[in-house]
Amino acid sequence: MPAVSKGDGMRGLAVFISDIRNCKSKEAEIKRINKELANIRSKFKGDKALDGYSKKKYVCKLLFIFLLGHDIDFGHMEAVNLLSSNKYTEKQIGYLFISVLVNSNSELIRLINNAIKNDLSSRNPTFMCLALHCIANVGSREMAEAFAGEIPRILVAGDTMDSVKQSAALCLLRLYKTSPDLVLMGEWTSRVVHLLNDQHMGVVTAAISLITCLSQKNPDEFKTCVSLAVSRLSRIVSSASTDLQDYTYYFVPAPWLSCKLLRLLQCYPPPEDGAVKGRLVECLETILNKAQEPPKSKKVQHSNAKNAILFEAIALIIHYDSEPNLLVRACNQLGQFLQHRETNLRYLALESMCTLASSEFSHEAVKTHIETVINALKTERDVSVRQRAADLLYAMCDRSNAKQIVAEMLSYLETADYSIREEMVLKVAILAEKYAVDYSWYVDTILNLIRIAGDYVSEEVWYRVIQIVINRDDVQGYAAKTVFEALQAPACHENMVKVGGYILGEFGNLIAGDPRSSPLVQFNLLHSKFHLCSVPTRALLLSAYIKFINLFPETKSTIQEVLRSDSQIRNSDVELQQRAVEYLKLSSIASTDVLATVLEEMPPFPERESSILAKLKKKKGPGAVSVSELEEGKREGGELNGGGDRGDSSAISTPSPSADLLGLRSAAPVGSAAPSAGSLLVDVFSESGPAAPAAVNDDGFLRDLEPPTESSDSLLADPPPAAAPAAVVSEDPAPPLPESDELLNKFVCKNNGVLFENQLLQIGIKSEYRQNLGRMYLFYGNKTSVQFVSFSTTVTCPGELHVQLNVQTKPVEPLVEGGAQVQQVINIECLSDFSDAPLLNIKFRYGGALQNLTLKLPVTINKFFQPTEMASHDFFQRWKQLSQPQQESQKIFKASHAMDTEVIKAKLLGLGTALLEKVDPNPENYVCAGVIQTKAQQVGCLLRLEPNAQAQMYRLTLRCSKDTVSKRLCDLLAEQF
Amino acid sequence: MQFMLLFSRQGKLRLQKWYVPLSDKEKKKITRELVQMVLARKPKMCSFLEWRDLKIVYKRYASLYFCCAIEDQDNELITLEIIHRYVELLDKYFGSVCELDIIFNFEKAYFILDEFLLGGEAQETSKKNVLKAIEQADLLQENLDFQIRLFPGVLNPSMSAESSGLFQS
Repeated sequence: MPAVSKGDGMRGLAVFISDIRNCKSKEAEIKRINKELANIRSKFKGDKALDGYSKKKYVCKLLFIFLLGHDIDFGHMEAVNLLSSNKYTEKQIGYLFISVLVNSNSELIRLINNAIKNDLSSRNPTFMCLALHCIANVGSREMAEAFAGEIPRILVAGDTMDSVKQSAALCLLRLYKTSPDLVLMGEWTSRVVHLLNDQHMGVVTAAISLITCLSQKNPDEFKTCVSLAVSRLSRIVSSASTDLQDYTYYFVPAPWLSCKLLRLLQCYPPPEDGAVKGRLVECLETILNKAQEPPKSKKVQHSNAKNAILFEAIALIIHYDSEPNLLVRACNQLGQFLQHRETNLRYLALESMCTLASSEFSHEAVKTHIETVINALKTERDVSVRQRAADLLYAMCDRSNAKQIVAEMLSYLETADYSIREEMVLKVAILAEKYAVDYSWYVDTILNLIRIAGDYVSEEVWYRVIQIVINRDDVQGYAAKTVFEALQAPACHENMVKVGGYILGEFGNLIAGDPRSSPLVQFNLLHSKFHLCSVPTRALLLSAYIKFINLFPETKSTIQEVLRSDSQIRNSDVELQQRAVEYLKLSSIASTDVLATVLEEMPPFPERESSILAKLKKKKGPGAVSVSELEEGKREGGELNGGGDRGDSSAISTPSPSADLLGLRSAAPVGSAAPSAGSLLVDVFSESGPAAPAAVNDDGFLRDLEPPTESSDSLLADPPPAAAPAAVVSEDPAPPLPESDELLNKFVCKNNGVLFENQLLQIGIKSEYRQNLGRMYLFYGNKTSVQFVSFSTTVTCPGELHVQLNVQTKPVEPLVEGGAQVQQVINIECLSDFSDAPLLNIKFRYGGALQNLTLKLPVTINKFFQPTEMASHDFFQRWKQLSQPQQESQKIFKASHAMDTEVIKAKLLGLGTALLEKVDPNPENYVCAGVIQTKAQQVGCLLRLEPNAQAQMYRLTLRCSKDTVSKRLCDLLAEQF
Repeated sequence: MQFMLLFSRQGKLRLQKWYVPLSDKEKKKITRELVQMVLARKPKMCSFLEWRDLKIVYKRYASLYFCCAIEDQDNELITLEIIHRYVELLDKYFGSVCELDIIFNFEKAYFILDEFLLGGEAQETSKKNVLKAIEQADLLQENLDFQIRLFPGVLNPSMSAESSGLFQS
């Protein structure tokens, strides 16, 4: 089609372009351009008035030169002159020049606006459109001031041509984006909304972009657009592919308009009107159904247009987050795309699933695709697709799969593209911290991170591991042992030396008993790295050395010698020299007591929010980390740090990038911050048993005020499973969750921990028992950023339990703010022995939806045990006395955990009985004795547990003075090993 | 959409359309960065990229890359089809369009784009309606003396890549 012959070729322009293209070098090109500029300038300045055509040609040449990347400083006036030409092509070139080379010269703007004004009032639709295009392309404030009042009038006037309406709508949109204060819709609002009903599809397509933008800013004023949009969408979705003529694109009816309609609906919550909502759900279902139909064309344009609508529909479904059925269908559809041969679809499916993962309805469904996503991370050839896979793994991570995901991300990190390593490192660090149940796993993970990608481990990451180790005394020994081993590697990353120096300086004493890691061995190991390190790391190591002098007086002379050497005390670096001098002096003149005070172990860090999360957020830009995630992170971070209000006494230890982590630069107040070792308020809840941390907690006096943490005893148990969300809608108390017995069993041998957790709620428990009385603290944490309303809890004792147990609760506040935690105290009195557990029902509304769930409160008969010590002779005498058949209860069962002696002992102690040593003739067996205290009577209990390591079996025998107790204890205990 | 760039395999910019206010310096910097990034990608890779806080959607037609920057909530696939529809419009107007048509008739390429997209949003998606608007404009013009069809092969026989139809490969 010789369409161009209808256009006006400008021969001079073509020749010029051709010349430029033939230039062999940049210099030749510049020379040719300068020649042309001189020519044009002389023409413009010449006496002879130029005709319109020449003016157009020269202006067009200037434009070409500018678009090549050269500066243009004249010709604007000639372009403005062209605007008032009555020849269309001259006007058109004038407008193009102005649009591309707009100048804020106020004189010119006034002239341009004048020309635009004339064209807008010309009533010639082609001229009007040119003027509107120019305003939309320039979009300056001056133009908004001049035309923002006029354009809405043009847009809604009855006699305006369709093409002008289209331009006017988008022109207004552009002005609204630059100067929202100048675009006042006011009286026009409803007429603009009704453009959605316009017969001309092009008008609707243009107007809807404007309406969407305005709706985002003033949703209430525009809310009538929802029902109009739904009916328009419904008409398109149900139309045959030929109905819409030229608006059908590769057999897909109006794909652009459909996407824009679905996008507009995402500015609003689900429609309240049942009929509208029904119609919309129908549309969404139809779109999902169409995805399963065979394609009408093999062309990629067909599938792209169809899938564009599908993805936009899925985005709307995710936005509503209220239709479980649609969410699961969406997830399944995306699941199919995950394995599609089109890379684009795999990419988009991964991206879209990321948002689905945060919906409580689809989180579980997303998790089922974990293997496919891991595979994508390993095998996709395109780094941007791998990046999406990593993002999705991060989003789908929860307690149940954290170990697997972190392991996969770590192994991917070894070969990951440099461009995404830092972000991957941050993500691994966050997940490891967030889902650490077992802190030795956390420490291992971070040290692995440093080993694999040390260069990409930012300060935030290694600060964080130190903060956590300092705040959690149950992991300190392990951390010391692990860094000590890591430092053995001949080449280890400097970040490893930093972490190692810090941790050994604080906790090296915990492993000093082993001759292989004696104080001197530790010191020599650290010092062997010293010379390879940068100044800040050396400074840190010097501080570690002075801490060594306090921890291990026997290293004093060796370390003093090092400090005294010329390379330290005369170091050219002022910081190092000063440290060497000061530490040497301190170690020589200070008494042991002073030294011990100044170099006291660091107090716990008060910080509550993970700085890593903030860093990731900064890196990814706003919006990358959702607010709720941050809130959650804050809460989780708080837990890790022991949370709570610590007062400001320890605030001085907040690390800042420039502050010395060891705090020695501001050492003076440290002593006053941690005088708690001899506190009288010994933590009444602290765990006992061999797996528990050292008896005296540094901050024990604070700990009992704090919400429960994943305390040390959870090392012995599996992490609580991520329970399914409670989706029961009835107002009646829901039946107990299927897993409630399993949750109960986790608390038989421990008193504190997390009882339950789902996407919304976390319930922590802390409890203590004396005689036949118990007190339980329940902590309800709102994990979302939205408040829970009508929050209420009830505890009931079903059946005969109400005469066996007396349970009293205090009501909780009905409002739980996002990210907040409320506490409830429950008093329990054991009247007589019992077998069932009280039921705890929790109800609240989250975003309007009623949540209703019932758990079993972990009050079991063994909580009322008093341990009884007795000698072998007494034990067997009593054993024989309890010889009636019903007094004995026995079970033989397979071990479901590793048969580790220490773990078994810890559990038996946690049961509440006394563990009797040297009673059973077979040293492999365990025997225990205790008395259960109820108000009505005391029940004596004897226990014998016989492991068979070869068969991985146990035989458990209980003999109690009451048969029901024997049976109940036997049932409970059989689930523990 | 925030902007659209057309550039050749050699990295030469053929068309630039900005829908957000940026300084010339910023525009040049962005162009350099994106051209480099997109040209470095292999043929079978996906058409979408994250870049700053925007999404880049690009597609190659013969010797030309079409590259759009869209915002977070915008739809990648429909943007890919915006590019395709624009190529169709150019093809229909020029008759089997090639890169040289766009070089020598760059102003037409801008006019067609303005009829199709305005302020970064689709204004008219019907191919017929867009071409009707352009052809009406052509009929309005009076200077018929200098009409020529710039046959690329004649002007520049050596540059075969630039004269191959965008739909050919």
